[in-house]
Amino acid sequence: MAAVRPMTRTDGAFPERSVRATIDGRAVTVPEGTTILAACRAEGTEVPTLCFLENLAPVNVCRACVVEVEGSRALVPACSRPLEADMVVSTRSERVDHSRRMVLELLASSVDMSLAGPDLERWLEEYGADPARHGPLAPTGADRQARAGRHGSVAGEARATLDQPVTIDNELYVRDYSRCILCYKCVEACGDQAQHTFAIAVAGRGFDAHIATEFDVALPDSACVYCGNCVAVCPTGALMFKSEYDLRQADDWDASRQTVTDTICPYCGVGCTLELHVQDNRIVKVTSPMDHEVTHGHLCVKGRFGFDFVHVPPPGAEDTRR
Amino acid sequence: MFGAGGGTSSYEEFHHTDLIVLWGSNARESHPIFFHHVLRGMQNGARLYVVDPRRSTSAQHAHLWLGLDVGTDIVLANAVGREIIAAGLVNREFVRRATLDFEAYQASVEPFTLEMAEELTGVPRDAIRQLAHDYARAPRAELSWTLGITEHHNAVDNVFALINLALLTGHVGRYGSGLNPVRGQNNVQGGGDMGALPNKFPGFEDVQNGTVRARYEAAWGRALPATNGWHLSQMFEAMDRGDMRALYIIGENPAQSEADSRRTERLLTGLDHLVVQDMFLTRTAELADVVLPSTASWCEAEGTVTSSERRVQRVRKALEPPPGTKGDLEILSLLAARLGFDWGMPAAEAVWDECRSLSPMHGGMAYHRLEALNGIQWPCPDEAHPGSPFLHGRLWDDPVGGAKAAFHPVRHDPPLDALSDEYPIRLTTGRRLDSYNTGVQSGRFSSPLRRPESLNLSPEDMRLLGVVEGERVAIASRRGRIEAPVHADSTLRPGLAFMTLHFPDQVSTNTLTLDAWDPQSGTAEFKATAIRVERLDSSDSLEASADAVNLKVGV
Repeated sequence: MAAVRPMTRTDGAFPERSVRATIDGRAVTVPEGTTILAACRAEGTEVPTLCFLENLAPVNVCRACVVEVEGSRALVPACSRPLEADMVVSTRSERVDHSRRMVLELLASSVDMSLAGPDLERWLEEYGADPARHGPLAPTGADRQARAGRHGSVAGEARATLDQPVTIDNELYVRDYSRCILCYKCVEACGDQAQHTFAIAVAGRGFDAHIATEFDVALPDSACVYCGNCVAVCPTGALMFKSEYDLRQADDWDASRQTVTDTICPYCGVGCTLELHVQDNRIVKVTSPMDHEVTHGHLCVKGRFGFDFVHVPPPGAEDTRR
Repeated sequence: MFGAGGGTSSYEEFHHTDLIVLWGSNARESHPIFFHHVLRGMQNGARLYVVDPRRSTSAQHAHLWLGLDVGTDIVLANAVGREIIAAGLVNREFVRRATLDFEAYQASVEPFTLEMAEELTGVPRDAIRQLAHDYARAPRAELSWTLGITEHHNAVDNVFALINLALLTGHVGRYGSGLNPVRGQNNVQGGGDMGALPNKFPGFEDVQNGTVRARYEAAWGRALPATNGWHLSQMFEAMDRGDMRALYIIGENPAQSEADSRRTERLLTGLDHLVVQDMFLTRTAELADVVLPSTASWCEAEGTVTSSERRVQRVRKALEPPPGTKGDLEILSLLAARLGFDWGMPAAEAVWDECRSLSPMHGGMAYHRLEALNGIQWPCPDEAHPGSPFLHGRLWDDPVGGAKAAFHPVRHDPPLDALSDEYPIRLTTGRRLDSYNTGVQSGRFSSPLRRPESLNLSPEDMRLLGVVEGERVAIASRRGRIEAPVHADSTLRPGLAFMTLHFPDQVSTNTLTLDAWDPQSGTAEFKATAIRVERLDSSDSLEASADAVNLKVGV
């Protein structure tokens, strides 16, 4: 993970002066333009985030980072709101905790968050989220799949979920939208925050909102160029490299057996830093550091996926490393 | 340029410039993450001009595309220069203080009027005028090019033509203004930096400079040749003459990557002794007397590479190499021992430390600093030096630090493989996003984007020739004849065809290309081949498919 940049700003301009404000009763001084989130992190105060990422502009959709600002009618998103002079911010009021509990509980009631990481598990507990009170999970199997993306069909009997089959339509990455929390990070990375390919967007409204290619076509028929930058920013495992997915399906994905080594991409002359995730002497995933000034965490299809040539193929296959 | 072979700017400067010109570069597909920096600059307000015979995916992002005819870059650049002068937009103060030979340049571009340029390049005069005025008026401007400029028989002249424009306008040596060749391969920059050039020591110091040579002779304890060696194209000529009888190739596949591949293969097989050191049994390795299987230098060994922004970066060992292979450094050390020189078995860091003790511009790049700073941009003479994000700031000192930068007048010299009634179509070559060079690396992963090799033609030419999508045709040049399926490509204008070099086992594109090379750089003219497209006789095709059916049913 990238180191937190305490001076994260939203406008790209140079700081002109300092701002004094109060966060949780403590006086803080930050350069003008610093967000509330960045100020909190610089102070060591945790604010939960789901849709925020250091290398993307805030989209303000998850509402997990809301804080209370004195004099403000609504709770404000800490990720995008700059700290203003004399602002009095409370990161843990009853209102804030209640709002975060609702966000986390509703997400956990409908989305498979089992790969969303230890922070999320901790927050669910810390904020007292109780997804089960929305009813039992619908039974697995064909019945669940038939209601993919739908809700209300058995209202009151089982809670609505996003449960649906995993979409596997290419050999590079898979899409498991039963894990999707609609944080928009993939859309932003595919769009004007990095890749400018615009292969995906949010389609539908309300509970039926989902990430889709144009007309929901399969990836090979879409504008996708397989840079994998969407996969790299996905926080819940909804987008997953096929290499990782296959190992998980075989119950053979084991982070404790993995090493991560920084090196430089072997293709063109731009010099992108690759983080090679290696398990049992095979590359199982390639990422790039988000705080690196060359890549900002983004790669192209060759750097991300073009590593198979170094692997000795299994017996029987054509040996490329003779 | 101006003595050091490297781009003058950092990628980050593309975020903070006002105008970006990509000339002969489809960075969107060939250098995708560099293009991210271009896009960031555009989001911050920069305008993008793309100069390319194809309306490439990069050109599709541009504010203005200048679709010139292949091989007319000097005409266009000289016309831009003439227009800047004629419109009174020269940065006179910079030209007076920091440059030499402006008058000779001015005289050389005088004939290149907008009208003449429009006729020779096919670019509308208003577009040329707009590029000239915008480039000259922009407070900051980045000019960047790749193989569309350098894979020509007059590559160096093409580059001079672009450098002249930067000198005219002062768009070099400042933050956000520079000249940037983006390198096609991961360590091409590093290869040059390390003296893998026939006339240079590491750090671009001349082999013929006695003072420099004495430094290396003192360190290595023996006399070194005072004459330049041969570059690749000269080596092939020496093979042709019989002056070069043995060849040791490390990590190259010239049998498939060189222009005029039939000639290349004949020369390689005619050698007394050919050694190939590679991680693959390439087509070239198949021709060798001895093959030395090596490791993948980017993930099975330690070392450094240098990127297009002159950043020296660490590569590290992440994998155990397959049994039977050895690292390049180990192979070279063992070979030296067999030849009677015991170097021991030095680690990559020890070799690097020796290099930076001899090459002044690498002096401060200790491994621990490369790690701490995410790489360092040369020059970096000592360990207190932070590295150099951009070059030639000295040109803005008053008086100028060091030598002034000279204009190099260049003349138009069209592609050697001229179009004629017999060979009326211009074939150019390039890359696809998911592929790389001859495909030995990129051909091994399951890319959903991969299509088989094809002859890309404009829809207009397809109608004219009466061919349809997927139809197999014969493609003939003055050197050879191959077959490939046709693919409609709306980025091409009539008269322009496109192929890649990615699938030499399917379609040997380099059977067609010309090995004419630039005497100043040794690069071959991959970008300009005259071809003829022939429909395969329909009865032949029918016979062929009948044969296929017969083979299938076993009769």
